[in-house]
Amino acid sequence: MDSDDEVNSVISSEDLGGDADSSVGDFGGDDSDVDFDELQEHDGFDTQEKDLKPRKKAFEIDHKVYSPEDIQRQQDDQVAEVATLLEQPHESTAILLRYGRWNKERLIEQYMDNQEEVLDKAGLGQDVQKSPPRIEVIDGFVCDICCEDTPGLRSFALKCGHRFCVDCYRQYLAQKIRGEGEAARIKCPGDGCNRVVDAKSLDILVRTDLTDRYHQLLMRTYVDDKENLKWCPSPNCVYAIECGVRKRDLTRVVPTVFCDCKHSFCFGCTLPDHQPCPCSLVKLWLKKCEDDSETANWISANTKECPKCHSTIEKNGGCNHMTCRKCRNEFCWMCMGMWSEHGTSWYNCSRFEEKSGLDARDAQARSRQSLERYLHYFNRYHNHEQSAKLDKDIFHKTEKKMTLLQSASDMSWIEVQFLEEASQALQRCRQTLKWTYAFAYYLARNNETEIFEDNQKNLELAVEDLSEMFEKPTDQLSGLRVEMMDKTTFCNRRRIVVLDDTAKRLKEGVSYNLHFYGFGVVC
Amino acid sequence: MAANKRIMKELGEINTNPPPGCAIRLAKEDDINLWDVTMDGPQDSPYTGGKFHIQIVLPKEYPFKPPVLTFRTKIYHPNVTNDDKGAMCLGMLRADEWKPPNKIVDVLKLVRAVLAAPQPDDAVEAGIANEFKTDRKAFDKTAQDWVKKYAK
Ligand SMILES: [Zn+2]
Ligand SMILES: [Zn+2]
Ligand SMILES: [Zn+2]
Ligand SMILES: [Zn+2]
Repeated sequence: MDSDDEVNSVISSEDLGGDADSSVGDFGGDDSDVDFDELQEHDGFDTQEKDLKPRKKAFEIDHKVYSPEDIQRQQDDQVAEVATLLEQPHESTAILLRYGRWNKERLIEQYMDNQEEVLDKAGLGQDVQKSPPRIEVIDGFVCDICCEDTPGLRSFALKCGHRFCVDCYRQYLAQKIRGEGEAARIKCPGDGCNRVVDAKSLDILVRTDLTDRYHQLLMRTYVDDKENLKWCPSPNCVYAIECGVRKRDLTRVVPTVFCDCKHSFCFGCTLPDHQPCPCSLVKLWLKKCEDDSETANWISANTKECPKCHSTIEKNGGCNHMTCRKCRNEFCWMCMGMWSEHGTSWYNCSRFEEKSGLDARDAQARSRQSLERYLHYFNRYHNHEQSAKLDKDIFHKTEKKMTLLQSASDMSWIEVQFLEEASQALQRCRQTLKWTYAFAYYLARNNETEIFEDNQKNLELAVEDLSEMFEKPTDQLSGLRVEMMDKTTFCNRRRIVVLDDTAKRLKEGVSYNLHFYGFGVVC
Repeated sequence: MAANKRIMKELGEINTNPPPGCAIRLAKEDDINLWDVTMDGPQDSPYTGGKFHIQIVLPKEYPFKPPVLTFRTKIYHPNVTNDDKGAMCLGMLRADEWKPPNKIVDVLKLVRAVLAAPQPDDAVEAGIANEFKTDRKAFDKTAQDWVKKYAK
């Protein structure tokens, strides 16, 4: 999805001042039938622009990427705007807005209602001294923290008048900012005083390394306070993403967003892109894999149930003559039949069709059905995860080979780009396929699920074809160029079909297999 | 060490004018960051007649970080952990409520007040807190039994 060309049309910084909890007026409020196509029309596309662009796919979500500078500017703009309205200095307005969790409208309303109470709660209680805080030397001053009373001791007090020596003030601020990670609500050190330390006072007192950290923490709180902003979870990435999808929408939409650092993630749960599987199922599935996969794999390979008492029996040697430790039943590992029916054919089961064995295998099959069902989906899920990694390795190798080929043939760098595009398509498609299997595990059986599985199968076939071409030796790759480009396009198209179809279904409401979806059900 | 002057001053003040029911001394001569307190159970509380050994550790960031307080004598109380730590974390003892001008003497006054009047809504022992709220008689009985058993 190309998010770049939407940048200018998404949400202005003015809208950012909206209610973190409930200002979804522009997103349809509490109406549970919000249509996401409709929703996006509120985001400021003018009709002309919309006519020029291809219609947005059902699975694409409007979002915007912000740099730390953008976020700082947003805050500054809002502070400036509210400061004028409330006739308060910028520093106090910033404290008020942080107190009000950047919910401009609600803050202004409360402020107009009861100015004194809001100021007090925000940590801007009554001023004792009117002049702006500065470092002073006061005769006869004793610091109540360190008990120093040396003449000429430099001290500082906020407008509340609680005065402490500069050294103690600095240590206090360092402890709060570095030690406790506090920024927005650092109070005056005075006993019982709720006055909040403002950024200007901080600048007077401490060095830039601490103020830098302070502003970093403030920025973090700002993004955390706003429901429509989230940090990109990629390590070392400094960008934040804005997206209008709310928590309650997450059963009907999987909001994959794309950061400028190239990382794509889910705005709902911040895990890597997991379209088309909704967040709640992803969570359920990952938990299940964590709980089950190790044991399930091992159990299916190494144990069987005793056909008589159904306790699990581990096969610990090559011999097929099993004796249940619990009920002493003797049976054959291969056919699950009673050992007595085997006569003297030791170590060699040739009686697969015996009645007792058939019945036992039936019962076993039933009790293992759910486990096998899970393994069916898990193995495919896991396989695409693994293959995605392999494809990446192959690409790195191929990239090297192509560089060689490029110097040996007359192909240009542009002409070998098809390989990178194919590789990216493979990664993307496998990512999608992987999650289609987790999703399918929870789906109820119906016509729509069959359509879904057809789409899934088509994508899978296309992906395996392309993946196979990738493994061809370097000297064949140049000859496969056109074919691979076609396949790449085809894969991407098949992927869009899967995502588009599921996104539409999610919006309408999907029926799940409650047996697997429900709580406390272990399969 | 700027903190030393402060701690020495507190120690001097607290020894000339100790808070009611408290005897304070350093646990070791050469360590001013480790205080030993013996606190009498407040009258009109199930702890009356008991003597409680409380240890106070002043972190090296003191007074910018709150002191850490532990009951070395077992006590049946909703605000003291019922384990070998005997930890108490309440009001001004919490990092976000502690202010550097607060003093140990204030802390001891708070502890004694909490012994006299437990704060079940701020409890570390939910079971004891619940008993305190719903069956005061049973609570008082166990608390007194523990005093006889551990705090004599
Ligand atoms: Zn000082
Ligand atoms: Zn103050
Ligand atoms: Zn990023
Ligand atoms: Zn998610």
